[in-house]
Amino acid sequence: MRQGRQKRRLIVGAALLATATMSLTACASGSGSTGGGSTPAATEELSGRGPITYVSSPDASGAAQTSVDAWNAEHPDEQVTWVELPLDADQQRQQMVQNAQIKGDAYTVLNLDVVWTSEFAANRWIVPLPEDALPTDELIPATVDAATYADQLFAAPYYTDGALLYSRTDLLTAAGVTEAPETWADLQAACDKVLALPEAAGMSCYAGQFDKNEGLTVNFSEAVASAGGSLFTEDGQPDVDTPEALTALEFLVDGFDSGMIPQDAITFQEEQGRQAFQEGKLVFLRNWPYIFNALSKTDGSSAVAGKFGVSPIPGEDGPGVSTLGGRNIAISSFAENKATALEFIQFFTGQEQEESRLELSSRAPVYGSFFEDEAVVAKYPYLPTLLSSLENAAPRPKVVQYGETTAAIQDEVYSAISGDKSPEDALADLQASLEEIVG
Amino acid sequence: MTATSVAARPAVAAPRTARPRRRSRLGPIGRVLAIIVIALYCLAPFYWMIVSSLRRTSDIFDNSLLPTTWSLESYAQVFSGSSNFGRALLNSLIVATTTTTLALALGIFAAYAISRLNFRFKSAILAIVIATSMFPGISVVVPLLRLFSDIGWINTYQAMIVPSLSFAIPLAVWNLTTFMKQLPYDLEEAAMIDGATKWQAFRKILLPLAAPGVFTTAILTFIHSWNEFIIALSMVNDPAVQTATVAISKFTGASEFEAPYGQQMAAGVIVTIPLVIVILFFQRRIVEGLTSGATK
Amino acid sequence: MTAAPIVPTLKTPRGRSTTPNEGRTASLLLSPTFLVLALVILYPLLSAVYQSLFSAESGLDEQGFVVEGDVFVGLRNYLDIFAGSESGRFYNALWNTSFFTFVSVALETVIGVAFAVAMNRAFRGRGFLRAAVLVPWAIPTAVSGLLWRWVFQSNGIVNTLTGTQVLWTAEGFASQVAVITAEVWKTAPFIGLLVLAGMQIIPEEVYEAAKLDGANAWKQFWSITLPMVRPALLVAVLFRMLDSLRMFDLPFVLIGPRKESVETLSILAWESSNQLEYGTASAFSIILLLYVAAIAFVFIKLLGADVVGSGAERKQRKARPAAAKGVSR
Repeated sequence: MRQGRQKRRLIVGAALLATATMSLTACASGSGSTGGGSTPAATEELSGRGPITYVSSPDASGAAQTSVDAWNAEHPDEQVTWVELPLDADQQRQQMVQNAQIKGDAYTVLNLDVVWTSEFAANRWIVPLPEDALPTDELIPATVDAATYADQLFAAPYYTDGALLYSRTDLLTAAGVTEAPETWADLQAACDKVLALPEAAGMSCYAGQFDKNEGLTVNFSEAVASAGGSLFTEDGQPDVDTPEALTALEFLVDGFDSGMIPQDAITFQEEQGRQAFQEGKLVFLRNWPYIFNALSKTDGSSAVAGKFGVSPIPGEDGPGVSTLGGRNIAISSFAENKATALEFIQFFTGQEQEESRLELSSRAPVYGSFFEDEAVVAKYPYLPTLLSSLENAAPRPKVVQYGETTAAIQDEVYSAISGDKSPEDALADLQASLEEIVG
Repeated sequence: MTATSVAARPAVAAPRTARPRRRSRLGPIGRVLAIIVIALYCLAPFYWMIVSSLRRTSDIFDNSLLPTTWSLESYAQVFSGSSNFGRALLNSLIVATTTTTLALALGIFAAYAISRLNFRFKSAILAIVIATSMFPGISVVVPLLRLFSDIGWINTYQAMIVPSLSFAIPLAVWNLTTFMKQLPYDLEEAAMIDGATKWQAFRKILLPLAAPGVFTTAILTFIHSWNEFIIALSMVNDPAVQTATVAISKFTGASEFEAPYGQQMAAGVIVTIPLVIVILFFQRRIVEGLTSGATK
Repeated sequence: MTAAPIVPTLKTPRGRSTTPNEGRTASLLLSPTFLVLALVILYPLLSAVYQSLFSAESGLDEQGFVVEGDVFVGLRNYLDIFAGSESGRFYNALWNTSFFTFVSVALETVIGVAFAVAMNRAFRGRGFLRAAVLVPWAIPTAVSGLLWRWVFQSNGIVNTLTGTQVLWTAEGFASQVAVITAEVWKTAPFIGLLVLAGMQIIPEEVYEAAKLDGANAWKQFWSITLPMVRPALLVAVLFRMLDSLRMFDLPFVLIGPRKESVETLSILAWESSNQLEYGTASAFSIILLLYVAAIAFVFIKLLGADVVGSGAERKQRKARPAAAKGVSR
């Protein structure tokens, strides 16, 4: 019943520079039994061959299905059955967690959002992969990092995602702005000029995703990182009551106060923002690459086709820092036929399949080489910008209680932008609740 | 007409559909107005659903009262691709029909016992039955999943039917009990004095009288079971057994952020309109069938 | 002639003494029901009670892996809910749940009875009206939740038609209005259909008699229809209350999780379970169960003593004189 919530858990790039969990020794009051007991570092042999399942979100492009079909054609005795989960990310995670709870063997290969990877690994719901399983040096480093937990590779990167700033280049040119904004001040200055134009009457300056949703965590942490801060210290302690975080939160709060961000943006998830930009109501929009195609449509549905451009998101003193999205593929601990599963993962995330999927799907591949391939870039013109956005992204966090962390962030940031709390109070309260979650 | 109960029998037992309806006392204008208001209230959101389903994906968010460009794109998408929506509709039909039939059968027996037989603890029994409707549905899923995987019920119809009964049975028992209690016992008693068995009295007299209640309970439980989602999602991972609501949750846009809004609305229209037509059609048939016994 | 032909028929087998034979038949007729309910509810319920006494005190070991193990904490999960640091959230959700239930069930009752009255009249297009009333209940909740979300979004049709800029899906009173609107729309037909069924067994003679006595439509409604559909109406309202107290989908889909003004107890239970705090989640479910049971108990005691158990004759006696009085006046 929640298909509408297009949530996406995202690795919160630089912002959640958390190795929060590492500093924690078992605070479990000692009474719990130590599950698994022995050294998890030793990769157990992945054994067993036979039919397996691939458990994944639906894929309308059909790209993933062609990869599965290609595998099945070559492996008559080790067929892969696609178990399709709902579109809603929460429901996908819920189904996988349920399966882990009953230790069911119905799910073999799991398609995990990058931010679930730590949780699944820490709970031993997925098994570590052999060290040489993947050509890790050919992959974009941030994506490999996002598949690693406790120095072990737990999953194979499948596709990746990052933030882009969409701009109305036609209006910017008309207003005499030639460069895409690199800082928030540039952004404001460009808006001032554009909104003075008669053809920009009724438009607003900027929007992102500010509904109480994963998108808000993403936008806030990007802002903090783009102001030079981070939400966690290097040793994993929450550190949000900082001047950088305050600058970031004030950028959003002041944006709403001054009308730079329109009031209704507080209800925006990805699609509402896309819609507003597409109808020509916004000069700038922070969103994912997926909207590029919809904006470019020339069938009359987009008012901005051919009138917009993309650039990396801006920051306080220079270009901003994006978060990392995307998906990983892992093997369920409770499944049989793990040897087949490993081989399938290698096949599925291999360069050959990634390349053939580009024909059908605009999901960004995890091999850096594609981003420089002229034919690919001709088809997806935003890829070079996306790559620079991804390269800018900092190491991934390892937050086991990601659900609680993101909930706490959303609660406090939402109170601040809706005017219920001052930014200072919101950050102090956020610091307290994060300490409780981590400590 | 005399005022004895026997004389009253045919009057009470005759099917209401065969009798002239009570004429409204409202003025014709007031009546028409009331009906228009009710129809508008119920159908306006549904109208929006139909209109949305007929827009193109690219201008799905238009607020024009008619689509600017008409398109059957969403309907085509519903039936294309991996979801096999036709099969899912059939599965929903199987699950909902079985649930309704079972719930009615059990509910009628239980209601008969409570309203017509003499034994103790009736209140307690009714209380326990309704108490099963009080537990939040989301807390039932994991224990049932564990139970059903242990007994090998994953990917079976009964794994969806049996949990649906936990809503359907309490409603059936309570509603039918109320109904039967309200119906006069004298008619059955008279029939039994005339030599009818308890079963005959039940079948020929009580059941026909209770027909409106039985049918309403059937509609409500059928639709409730037809719309069930979380159990059907958790207990089934084989597309051949999945129901329509689960299939709808797997619709997807070009990317995972893009809500397949048009498809969902189209699917909503597809599952709703035939359902309503079929119910209205069966309403006549079933009510007639049940009441036929009484007029003999 | 008044309602007289009906009155003598209102004898039920109550008066006779219990026979062991009937007790056996009754248990035979009731046992399948209890068997099914035990299977579907008893096991989950016991498992929730058990689970609610434990807490997953999982920390992480030195390598960063979760140390499994549930710790017996007795009633601490419950204590934390009632008096812990997050208790404000619980009381807020309790208030929202009660508020939504009270307001939406009250509105549904009024609208549902109006539906039933309209549907019970003879006129051309009655079939169409019945179909129209069925539609909101027949649309799958998953789809209607989304429908309402788009209808209420900031540039949706509601704001366009009314020319306002209300942020229905954000927070506050507007979002509560949105939830209640959608809820009432969807479930008023439930009450309408059950009440209609109740009306259909009211013998025509009662109305004929009332008409002869010159009672107008309004008087007929108050003195005949309403008292006689009372049992059906009470059952309908009771089931709506039970459902509404467990409200989850609509606020979740329409407004979103963790929105203070629409957070319900079911959403809290879901959220705990989503964060793998199964002990707390189970405790929430048990508390909700007890709360629902208490409300149902009070409701039945206050209004519906005649619905349960031996009240059948009492109600009839109450209804009849009222009808007769209304008619004779």
